[in-house]
Amino acid sequence: MNIVDRRLNPKSKSLGNRQRFVRRAKADIRDAVKDALKKRKVTEVEGSEKISIRSKSVREPSFSHGRDGGVRDYVLPGNQDYKAGDLIPKPQGGGGGGRGGKASADGSGEDDFVFTLTKDEFLDLFFEDLKLPNLVKNRLKDLKNPMPQRAGFTSDGPPAKLARIRTLRRSLARRIALKRPKTEEVRALEEEIARHEAETPRNETLIAELKARLEKLVRLRKTIAYVDPIDLQYNRFDRVPRPTTQAVMFCLMDASASMTENLKDLAKRFFMLLHVFLTKHYKEVHVVFIRHTSTAAEVDEETFFRGVETGGTVISTALEEMDRIVRERYSPADWNIYAAQASDGDNIPDDMGHCIDLVENSLLPVSQYFAYIEVSEHSGPGETVAWHGYSEIAQRHKHFAMRRVTNPGEIFPVFHDLFSSSSSA
Amino acid sequence: MAALANKPLFDGPEWNFELIGRTYEAIEEIGVGEMGLNLYKNQIEVITAEQMLDAYSSIGMPLMYRHWSFGKRFARDEMMYRKGARSLAFEIVINSDPCINYIMEENSMTMQCLVMAHAAMGHNHFFKNNYLFKQWTQADAILEYLAFAKRFVAECEEKYGLGPVEAVLDAAHALMNQGVSRTAGARRRFDPQRERQREQARRDYEIEIYNELWRTLPNAPPKEEEERTDENRAEQRALLLPEENLLYFLEKNAPKLEGWKRELIRIVRVLSQYFYPQRQTKVMNEGCATFCHYEIMQRMYEKGLVTEGSMLEFAHMHAAVVYQPGFNEKHYSGINPYALGYAMMRDIKRICEEPTDEDMHWFPDFAGNQDPLGTLRDAWANYRDESFVLQFLSPKVMRDFRLFHLKNDADSPTMSVEAIHDEQGYRKVRRALARQYDVSQQDPDIQVTDADLAGSRRLVLTHYVRDGILLDKEECDRTLMHVARLWGYRVRLVEQDAATGRKIREHETLPLP
Repeated sequence: MNIVDRRLNPKSKSLGNRQRFVRRAKADIRDAVKDALKKRKVTEVEGSEKISIRSKSVREPSFSHGRDGGVRDYVLPGNQDYKAGDLIPKPQGGGGGGRGGKASADGSGEDDFVFTLTKDEFLDLFFEDLKLPNLVKNRLKDLKNPMPQRAGFTSDGPPAKLARIRTLRRSLARRIALKRPKTEEVRALEEEIARHEAETPRNETLIAELKARLEKLVRLRKTIAYVDPIDLQYNRFDRVPRPTTQAVMFCLMDASASMTENLKDLAKRFFMLLHVFLTKHYKEVHVVFIRHTSTAAEVDEETFFRGVETGGTVISTALEEMDRIVRERYSPADWNIYAAQASDGDNIPDDMGHCIDLVENSLLPVSQYFAYIEVSEHSGPGETVAWHGYSEIAQRHKHFAMRRVTNPGEIFPVFHDLFSSSSSA
Repeated sequence: MAALANKPLFDGPEWNFELIGRTYEAIEEIGVGEMGLNLYKNQIEVITAEQMLDAYSSIGMPLMYRHWSFGKRFARDEMMYRKGARSLAFEIVINSDPCINYIMEENSMTMQCLVMAHAAMGHNHFFKNNYLFKQWTQADAILEYLAFAKRFVAECEEKYGLGPVEAVLDAAHALMNQGVSRTAGARRRFDPQRERQREQARRDYEIEIYNELWRTLPNAPPKEEEERTDENRAEQRALLLPEENLLYFLEKNAPKLEGWKRELIRIVRVLSQYFYPQRQTKVMNEGCATFCHYEIMQRMYEKGLVTEGSMLEFAHMHAAVVYQPGFNEKHYSGINPYALGYAMMRDIKRICEEPTDEDMHWFPDFAGNQDPLGTLRDAWANYRDESFVLQFLSPKVMRDFRLFHLKNDADSPTMSVEAIHDEQGYRKVRRALARQYDVSQQDPDIQVTDADLAGSRRLVLTHYVRDGILLDKEECDRTLMHVARLWGYRVRLVEQDAATGRKIREHETLPLP
């Protein structure tokens, strides 16, 4: 008998099977994901999801007896008062499939198949057909391009990378430490021997002694190399991946008092979706959060989504802030710039002209895409100040988009619309 | 009760490997020494709950090729388990040599003891000695074969892509229940080494005869490996048809299949055949294991090797395992094979030791022979569920279970009670129950009856309808699509009454382009 402890064996042996299953059921699962999204809170986007699919594509048919018709025999346990020859009326609507228990034992639980998607599987499906617009055309450049970058020294490498100064410095230190005889020392000794040998009478003992010393020096010079392998130093380079296509996403939001909690919530959801999308899909994307009241400030993510502030509304401040940041940090030559703005449409009327000017003349020329989301409590026909102003721009520029959202259920379709692959074509 | 001569092996729920080793030895001493069990060498493997789920999804086998249906099963089992709707089995045992027993780390020591007595003794003995297993499965080769299957499927996926491999496996899985040869004789011992060579030879041949020129012909000749002459083919047909093993027939005769696809079908067929004995011996297999664990635990207790506390825990588990709800109770889902098998085997023991007059009348050949284990070992070796019930189900067990026989005729407004557990009914009930356990009666009887290899290449299957029970139409049409995919041409399925030969219904399908 053998006892084996298998507990440490690799787990999730069925991962491959699961992937095959998810791939197989993809179409069904995608529908289910869409349904699920409408219901779930966006703050929960990054969680697992219980999915129920109608098992069209994952059905496993086989030849089996139908449940109707024919003559069937059953042997059942637990008889109470039946006697041979008793007739039992069939249950109404039972379809004649025998007694209730028996019919379900035939196995009909194939219709709805419920299981749990992991977070990654969920997000992958969620973002499947979404891409940042216009990034498509730059996709080829999106490849990471590794560039060599100095990263100190190393003890081996190709001769071309030899760091000569370092190597010699180490050699010198070693030679001094090991007391390697210098060339001058040897030459002086040789000269001395020559001088003594030229003298008459020759001082043989002295000469012999000097020769012994010379021999020792020469031997030392031989054993202690001028440059030893341990002295060698090479320049070291790491290949650091450098994205050639970089994108920065500006999230602008009105945080003023005119934005009710509900509206803020809507806007937050839009950005959160956006944020999840960006962090998921593009590794080299910077996200800048700017929120504004009557003044604007760049804030961190936490403050952006959760911070509370009160004040008036001047949209142009946010646009100015964005313009400033672009000029300071994100040169349009190196960065693809995307902007998404959420607002309830309130603005000081005087400010609108300035806004349009900023967007049209400063921001749009450097941006790949500018999306404006207007959140409102009800989808009335009335136009807000900002909507009216921005409409002009939307007519003139194809890469300016605007949408209106009134309830959480509309967020995903809008999002999908804005960033679907087709609109970028 | 015998004096508590020994010190208990364990006290409390904790276990460790050394303790499992010692307990196993005590169990084996009783199982082999006292009960005369004949075992494969045991290998006990401790696994976690997660690994148990993994094992579940691959039909309990330690290795298995990859397929989405296993993923589906895993997803469902995992869900049920996490919800707490279903608990996991305490063990899984594999019919292999050495016999692999998986036991879970969560089990208490009493449960480990129970599980070893159940699986490593009971199931193991049954696997090694029952004639069906001896005849149909090679315990020493199955693991190697699975390794071959896994590698082969992976290679195919790499070479031909996931999709095509999946399509073939889907189709073969759909026909798994029709992939069994019910009569011995055609059986050949499978040898993984030979499998690999055969597969290699098949491929080498393809490479050898490959000629770029053929590709340029407008109608490339079908790459059938064995080109048969006309007379030859007629002869073959006469030999092969009707054929009950659909997978075998398709593997050998489907006109358009590539070699690797035939190999995939073969893998599924071999597995199906491997599991066929298990399908026919559920009651006996579980009954044998349950009987053994009960007997062994009892003897260990008598020897003082387990404590009273452990016995109580054991009794609780055991009672749950052999619980049989009545037909009209909420939890009823058919006859519990553990309960029926265990009850019958206990009863055989009783008949051997203390027979009543009734038993002497019903079982004259072994009643009162005072050799219960010899009688049981003989039953374990030479019967399957159907014949076991027919031979050994005693009036007492029928009375205990209060079995009755119900007939449901779709054309009649009522169901009729044909027989109950009384003097007039015993034999009828027993016969009906035995039939219920006859797998070949329960699976639809579908055979290949005609295949036109020369002309239209239409394949005809016939379902011999018993008792007017037709196939489920939707499932049947879907399954036929799979048959058509493998066959490559039109497939027709005729449902005809087995007794009268009257045609009842026809299904026909074409392969999708």
